[in-house]
Parts: sequence; C-alpha cells; structure tokens
Amino acid sequence: MTQSEKQYIDLYEECREVIKANSAEALNAPRELAFKHFMSAGFPTLKKEEYKYTDVQKAFAPDYGLNFKRIDIPTDPFEVFRCNVPNLSTLLYFVVNDLCFKDNPTFNDGSGIYLGSIKQAPERAKEAFTQHYTKHADTASDGITALNTALAQDAFMVYVPRHQRLNKTLQVINLLHAKTDLMVNRRVMIVLEEGAQATLLFCDHAMDNVSFLATQVTEIYCGNNSHLDMYEMEENHTQCTRFSNTYVNVGADCNVSINNITLYNGTTRNTTRVTLQGEHSEVTLNGCVIADKNQKVDNNTLIEHQVPNCKSNELYRYVLDDSAVGAFAGRILVQPGAQKTVSEENNANLCATKQARMYSQPMLEIYADDVKCSHGSTVGVLDENALFYMQQRGIPTEEARMLLKHAFISQVSEKIRLEPLRERLNYLVNKRFRGQLDKCTGCSLCK
Amino acid sequence: MLEIKNLHASVNGKEILKGVDLTINDGEIHALMGTNGAGKSTLSNIIVGHPAYEVTEGSITFNGQDLLAMKPEERAHAGIFLSFQQPIEIPGVSMTNFLRTAVNERRKYLGLEPLKSTDFLKQMREKRKLVELDSKLVNRSVNEGFSGGEKKRNEIFQMAMLEPTFCILDETDSGLDVDALRIVAEGFNRLKDDKTSAIIITHYQRLLDYIRPDKVHVLLNGRIVKTGDASLAKEIEDRGFDWIKDETEKE
Repeated sequence: MTQSEKQYIDLYEECREVIKANSAEALNAPRELAFKHFMSAGFPTLKKEEYKYTDVQKAFAPDYGLNFKRIDIPTDPFEVFRCNVPNLSTLLYFVVNDLCFKDNPTFNDGSGIYLGSIKQAPERAKEAFTQHYTKHADTASDGITALNTALAQDAFMVYVPRHQRLNKTLQVINLLHAKTDLMVNRRVMIVLEEGAQATLLFCDHAMDNVSFLATQVTEIYCGNNSHLDMYEMEENHTQCTRFSNTYVNVGADCNVSINNITLYNGTTRNTTRVTLQGEHSEVTLNGCVIADKNQKVDNNTLIEHQVPNCKSNELYRYVLDDSAVGAFAGRILVQPGAQKTVSEENNANLCATKQARMYSQPMLEIYADDVKCSHGSTVGVLDENALFYMQQRGIPTEEARMLLKHAFISQVSEKIRLEPLRERLNYLVNKRFRGQLDKCTGCSLCK
Repeated sequence: MLEIKNLHASVNGKEILKGVDLTINDGEIHALMGTNGAGKSTLSNIIVGHPAYEVTEGSITFNGQDLLAMKPEERAHAGIFLSFQQPIEIPGVSMTNFLRTAVNERRKYLGLEPLKSTDFLKQMREKRKLVELDSKLVNRSVNEGFSGGEKKRNEIFQMAMLEPTFCILDETDSGLDVDALRIVAEGFNRLKDDKTSAIIITHYQRLLDYIRPDKVHVLLNGRIVKTGDASLAKEIEDRGFDWIKDETEKE
C-alpha cells in the first residue's frame, strides 16, 4: 500500500459513519463493497497500460480537505454567473463542489423528467437510479471509480422517461469554490429510457486560487431508440486536477454523441468507456484540447462493439504549446459476432513548440471478419508554408500562428451540433489562443 | 522604387544568385525570363523575405528603405505582393477571415481604422468580379479544393483586395487556359495604375501579349545576362536561350 492510498483508507475508516449519515441514501448501498475494491486494487500505477501517462499516485498524494459533513459554502452562483450564451437558453443548474446547489430550479413539465440531486428525486427516478447505480461503473475495474463510489455523497440525476424529450438544453455548472485546498467527489447519473431525448452541457469552473482535486464518475444509460447529445467543457485553472470516468451503455437504434472539451486545466484525465449493446446504434466521441504551460491532458477511450450493425466515430484534436503534455489512447474493440461494424477513429495533434509532447495510441482490436474500421493518428507542427503565405499577405507571425491553431481545432468544433455552443466555443478558443483565458475568472461561457 | 545591388543568395548552402543588379522605377513592368533553375523564383522569394533563403552579399532598397531588414509582413505592409507560383492551401482558415485579417493589418500599419464588416464584404464582392471568382470559393478555406486556375485567380483577387504598389507575378500564367489567362491578365491591368510596378516571371510570351513589359531581363546561372525591350521576349519565344548563353560565354 502506498502512502497515497493509505491516506484515503485511513480517512474512510475514520469517517465512514459521517459519510453515510450525510449522504443521499441511494449512494450508501454499494459503498462498503466499493471501499473493499479500492483497498484491494489501490490507485492504478504507471505500469498499468491505460494509466501510463498520468501519475495517479502523485495526483492523490497531497492532503486535501473534504466536506463530508456537507457544510454549506455560502454562495449564490446565480449571482456570480449570469448566463448569456447568445441564442442558447438553457436550464441552468449548479453543483458547488460536490453538493447539488440547494436552490437549483425544480423542473416539472408534467413529463416525469427529473433533473437535480438524487436526494429530492421522485420515486420513479430513484428506482431508475438504484437500478443503474454502479452497474455501468464497475468498482472492481478501476481504483478511482471505486474511491469515488466510496466517498461520493450526492449525485446529479438526469432522468428522462420513455418517449419523453427534454426540450431545452440542460446546463450543469460544476463550481469549485473553497478557501483551502479541497477534494471533491462528484457523481452523475443519466438515464434515458426508450425513445428519450436530451441535450446536456456540463461546464467545470474553479473560482478560487487554491488547489482542487475532483473525481467524477458519470454513468449513462441510453435505452433503445434514445438520443443523447452531451458536452463537457473544462475551464479550470492550473492548480486543478480532474479525474473523470464516464461509462456509457448504449441500447439499440440510438444516436449518442459525447463531446469533451478541455480549454483550460491543470492535470486532467478523462476516461470514457462506451459499450454498444443494441444493434443499429451510432456513437460519436469528439474531443478537443488546448493546453500550454505545464498543463497535462490525458484522454483514454474505449468503444466496445458487442453487437452487429453499429457505427462509431471518434475524433480528437490537441493543440499543445509551451511544455504541455497530451496523451490520447483510443481503443476500438469489435467483439466476435459484431459483424458489419463501421468504425472510424482519428487523432490529430499539433505541437507548437519543441518542448510540447504528445503520446498518441489509436488502437483497433477486431474479432469479427466483416467490418469496416479505420484508425489514424498524426502529430505535427504548424505548416511553415502556410505561415509564410499569411505573412506575405501582411498577417504578423503571431496572428498567423493563432489562425492556424484555431483552424486546426475548428475541425472538431464544427462537429458540435448545438449551434450557439459551437459559436460560443469558437469565440472562447480564439480568446484562449490570445491568452485572454489565463485564469478562470468566473464562467466565461456564461459571462 | 526597387533597387537591387550585387545580390548574392543561397539556399541550403548552395549559391543560387551570383550578383544580381536590377532597378525598377515607379510604374515600370519588368519581365524576368530564364531557364529552369536560373534563380528567378529565388529572387522573388528573397524580395518577399522567405526564411529559407539567405542573402550573403548585396542590398535591396524599396522606396529608400532597407528591405532586407524588414520582416515579411512589414514588406507586405509597405506594398509588396507576391502572386505565388504554387499558392498554399490553408484548411480551416476561411478566405473571408484570412483576407479580413490581412486587410485590417495593412490598415493598422497605415494608421487607418479597421474596415467595417459591411464595407469589407462589399469590397470583396466588387473585387471578386474583377477576376470572375465564384462566390462559393470565397466562402471556402483558403485555396482548399480550388483548381489550379482558380488558385491563380485567387492570387489576383487577393492582390485586388490588398492594393499593393509592387507586385511579383511568379509564373502566374502557368497552368492557365487561354480564357483564364486573359481574365487574370486583364484583372491585373485594371488594378495597375501609373505608380504600380511589377516583375513578371514567365516562360512564355503569351502573358506578355496582355501585360506589356517595359523591359525584359534574362536571368541565367544566377546573373542577369541580357536586358532588352518587349521584343526580346518574342525573340526568346522563337529562338530559346542557347544563343544568349553563347553570347554570354563569348564575353
């Protein structure tokens, strides 16, 4: 057992009763088992293939405070964030650290859709939660998922019943807000029943100049013929560490798109595991990363085709400047019998300096003989000829470099289906490259 | 306007230009001809400041300024424009965004306010017609998916937007069909006023039928070995370069 692991084991053993007493009841059931799994597995080490680019032990080593007693940090996020994504009117919810904000709106359009803390959820949503909780995020398979399950006390639930549609985009703002270094353990559950539809946007922001460590486990269940568009955007600061594990279970005839955008961060590890369990579904994973200074971004994805006739697309693009380090590992697994699978994977990266590093691992593992799969990866520098061409037209070097970097990222942002968000993202990317997003000073998406 | 003195230049350590002298006055058009590899494109790349080319000796002044001390973008702001032999494709950068940035950077240099969006788009529409460039192309990324001819037209379109005072047309006629050649040449002629000067690099007489040069230079093996009037281009078209080589060797 490492010092880092011991710290959390001691903490749990000391605080288990406080954790349970202050937790949403639904989260207590698998807690002890999850803790056992954490004790036996510990944190993944650098020797583990999927974690070889992120030092988990090191990330969890510092002594962070936790808020097991659920002390309310007085803040009015609605005052801090005046949301005006142009032309995008959203249902705005807040999660402050790992607490669902107490004055979040109550959504009730008569459809049975539930949005908000699992604590206040109606019976139907609670049942759905229990039915799916830890069923997709297997605590035995990953130490961080196990730890999150042992420590999490509240969950944000999105429940869309059969054939219902969430007409507005849900926007959940994850705020990190504390006076001292803090660890938070967030939990998200998304259940779309058969024929349900939803568009979700999650934004991460850090408000204070202290260190934050955030773990997040998101479980997504897409029933047959459901439609999900999900966007996650991180705009934290350089003292933030984020570990986000997302598990997606896809039924038949679904259309699921998951988009992960890292605009500003410290150290980030996003794990995405998608399982296609029903035929004729289509899954898209898009990601874009902009990193500079000593920022680190590691995206690790798995798309598992368990059944025939599904389609998956994956596109990740990174722009790395200064001494930033990026990693991408994308594994497409086509199981025996998953015939007529169509899968396309691409990872393209731009290293703008000699110090920037990119590790790219596109992987195809195919056990069926009638499939169409492709994967590709490139790591390159800015096109010198294009730079010179622009300079000859009077565009200064720095501006030309920025245009090229933006152009590179725009190949991903073009894929965003939510048009106002796409426009907003282009604006933010531009600001980011101009160095005007140096620190998150509140929600720049919303302000 | 442009004065080149004893210019020596090399690329990757290989000497290409071996003492070029050339003076171009306001309003003059000079044609530059010569065999492949004689150094024509090297000369034009040096004038616009391409980083791959190194000047080892000599000087270039442009309207009294030391051109070699200026960055490529500063040369552009000062009024120098190169129509590239092979225009570059820039995926993801729209023509509109590219030109708006270029036009406004030049205006900034000249101490002018950025152009209003409506005025800029109006200007785009007008200038586009000059070279009969399809409006669809203007909405695409720079040169991406353009045919060879469209790329060349696009160069002249950019020239129209940027209003340079000194232009280099580096084999702008290559790869153009007869009609496209006429459109490009006529576009150039309409843009040129009595102050604008140009160097036309070409292998063929046909472009010079449209754009009448005041002088024709022959560049061979890194030096200008012969200078004449428009009739020299015709003679080269008929007789090739060998007789000039022979003449040079005798001297």
